Amino acid sequence: MARLRSPADLAGIRQQVLSQRGEKRYIAINASGTCGLAYGSDQVFQAFVAEIERQGLTEQACARATGCLGFCENSPIVIIFPDDICYFRVKPSDVPEIVSKTILGKELVNRLLYKDGKGKRIVHEGKIPFYKHQSRIVFGNNRLIDPKSIDDYIALGGYSTLAKALFEMSPEEVVETVKRANLRGRGGGGFPTGKKWETTRNAPGETKYVIVNADEGDPGAYMDRSLLEGNPHSVLEGLVIGAYAIGSHEGYIYVRQEYPLAIENLFIALNQAREYGLLGKNILGSGFNFDVTIHRGAGAFVSGESSALMTAIEGKVGEPRPKYTRTAVSGIWERPSNLNNVETWATVPLIISKGADWFTSIGTAGSKGTKIFSLVGKVNNTGLVEVPMGMTLREIIYDIGGGIRYGKEFKAVQTGGPSGGCLPESLLDIPVDFDELTKVGSMMGSGGMIVMDEDNCMVDVARYFLAFLAEESCGKCIPCREGIKQMLNILNRICDGQGRTGDIDLLEELSEVVRDASLCALGTTAPNPVLSTIRYFRDEYEAHIKERRCPAGVCKALISYYIQPERCQACQICLRECPVGAITGGKNLLHVIDQDKCTKCGTCLEVCPPRFAAVLILSGEPVPAAPPQGTKVERTKGTQQ
Amino acid sequence: MIQMLLEIQRDNRWLPKPAVVRLSKRLGIPTNQIYHIATFYKAFSLTPQGRHSVSVCLGTACHVRGAPRLLERATDALHIGPGETSTDMKFTLSTVNCLGCCALGPVIVVDGKYYGNPSAKEIERVIASCD
Repeated sequence: MARLRSPADLAGIRQQVLSQRGEKRYIAINASGTCGLAYGSDQVFQAFVAEIERQGLTEQACARATGCLGFCENSPIVIIFPDDICYFRVKPSDVPEIVSKTILGKELVNRLLYKDGKGKRIVHEGKIPFYKHQSRIVFGNNRLIDPKSIDDYIALGGYSTLAKALFEMSPEEVVETVKRANLRGRGGGGFPTGKKWETTRNAPGETKYVIVNADEGDPGAYMDRSLLEGNPHSVLEGLVIGAYAIGSHEGYIYVRQEYPLAIENLFIALNQAREYGLLGKNILGSGFNFDVTIHRGAGAFVSGESSALMTAIEGKVGEPRPKYTRTAVSGIWERPSNLNNVETWATVPLIISKGADWFTSIGTAGSKGTKIFSLVGKVNNTGLVEVPMGMTLREIIYDIGGGIRYGKEFKAVQTGGPSGGCLPESLLDIPVDFDELTKVGSMMGSGGMIVMDEDNCMVDVARYFLAFLAEESCGKCIPCREGIKQMLNILNRICDGQGRTGDIDLLEELSEVVRDASLCALGTTAPNPVLSTIRYFRDEYEAHIKERRCPAGVCKALISYYIQPERCQACQICLRECPVGAITGGKNLLHVIDQDKCTKCGTCLEVCPPRFAAVLILSGEPVPAAPPQGTKVERTKGTQQ
Repeated sequence: MIQMLLEIQRDNRWLPKPAVVRLSKRLGIPTNQIYHIATFYKAFSLTPQGRHSVSVCLGTACHVRGAPRLLERATDALHIGPGETSTDMKFTLSTVNCLGCCALGPVIVVDGKYYGNPSAKEIERVIASCD
């Protein structure tokens, strides 16, 4: 690879790559993303490569292993360009057929097309409801890029924005553009990025650092991973532009080591960028020097906090410190350090290239642009979705997510990870942006959006988050360390059926202390899951405490499994599957659960054939007395075994 | 130093004391400071780990889709609790807080391979296939 010495060289390389491609058709397979790999996308990719070779089509078509395509649960996903034909759940054995029919001919393989709720097949990616309502300006390029190839990124015009910034704009102009675009930090806090850059730029000191925060610890959020895996150069380009604007020559990328593929793709991207002279000394002949080091995080949620992350980069224990002076002024080794989230950095090149006015035309008054959410939990379509700020929760969950699975009832949506809150049905029509979510007691966070249905117990969810936070609290400040622990104790008690009157008040009181007195954002936001569930689902707390009843049938101490005698068909499945042998009965004999032996694992409920649906969860009511042993079942007509 | 410890952890699957002592001498950093770091971060373990690692994701998305039950199944199949290693050093069962494959949930990872929402039988089959 030749080193690029000017923007003209960059344009030249781009022309070269484009002309080499000619009229080739591209087959994108999500084989460079963790979700895709888990579903076996790499075998599909290999099958395409082999089949194209076998049929002698290397001049006409080319398979490309792309990163995450968003609609993870339909992996392996295959998209054929430029036709935009989209196949889901492709198996290696389908590949010869696709190549012969769709690549060589103009035929479609119907059975692999997306089927909508009414059974209608949809051919084009852009027409599928999941994608139709999105605007994928940051995330959309994933499908056009092999993350291991810098040429793919350059072919899309990549790094030309860097050239624009370096040669046509002064650093002040870059900062000014980002400020005018009103870009706010995508990591969750929503702090104005331009303002942060300006602070670091104006802070005294020669050495300054720029950092990518890819310590995506929020359980249920994975957009940063998908961006790093699928389009690492977009993050790098943003970082270099930011470094130029701030006047920094050294950067760090802090990635969780739980993301091995993201780290691998990043290393490849860094090396390619160095070879092209897009990192290192005299970038594109501009005289600007900048290079990046990757720092792997060793697994600590609190280290995603800015000051903690910086101490971790210094090689110390990643605990936060009081921020009387902002890290923008005194960060790594007490030098000015500017930290932004992966998604923020990836948005920067778009703003510089298309202008602040374009960016501010998207979104709401206070929150501009788009945001990537990971829409997960009990929705029909799970995956990563990128929508303009201001879209309502209802649109995201129902139009894009396709509503709740198995026709169940929606109960709550949790946004913002452990720092956020649970919002009920009545708030589904609020527009999603930084300020609106904060107003209702949740927050944007890094963009996790976990949908819960009637089978989820809100007290249990609050307990889950507190257990997570109690484990992840670094223990440096007392309100967080002890407060969360005590709150967790109370919640455990409530879930175990030992709740006392006054527990809810006590939780609220503790919440206030933890919120007001903790050192870092982990503590100050820790009460959110508890406060929001008390605020919107107080009845569930009261049912647990007063009636010793778990309405959703989750909290083990408060439920019993029961086989309804009138529905049991003595099929013996639960009898065989019960891990503790608590079910008695036999052929033609009614099955009964021995409540003393039952460990409430729920296996019987799971294995009972849906057409019988004999197993029930009872809560807050006594288990009816078992019929005498050896009672024969009454066969329902048409369900003879 | 964290990066070096990660390398040691990767090669040995844990941080043996001699390695920590050697690192301390080479870097001129007291062992207690190294242990301070090693105990803070989750990626490090101070006890030997089994040849096969089984981890169950307890992230929020997995939790609402039934991760606790999956963990119980894994515990039953391996006869060890979370964080424990079997006496024959074959398996270590651990829990993680989010692997970022929420669409698959609940997820279990055996030696780096992901399995989405496996049944009790499937878990047994995967575990039996490890030697």
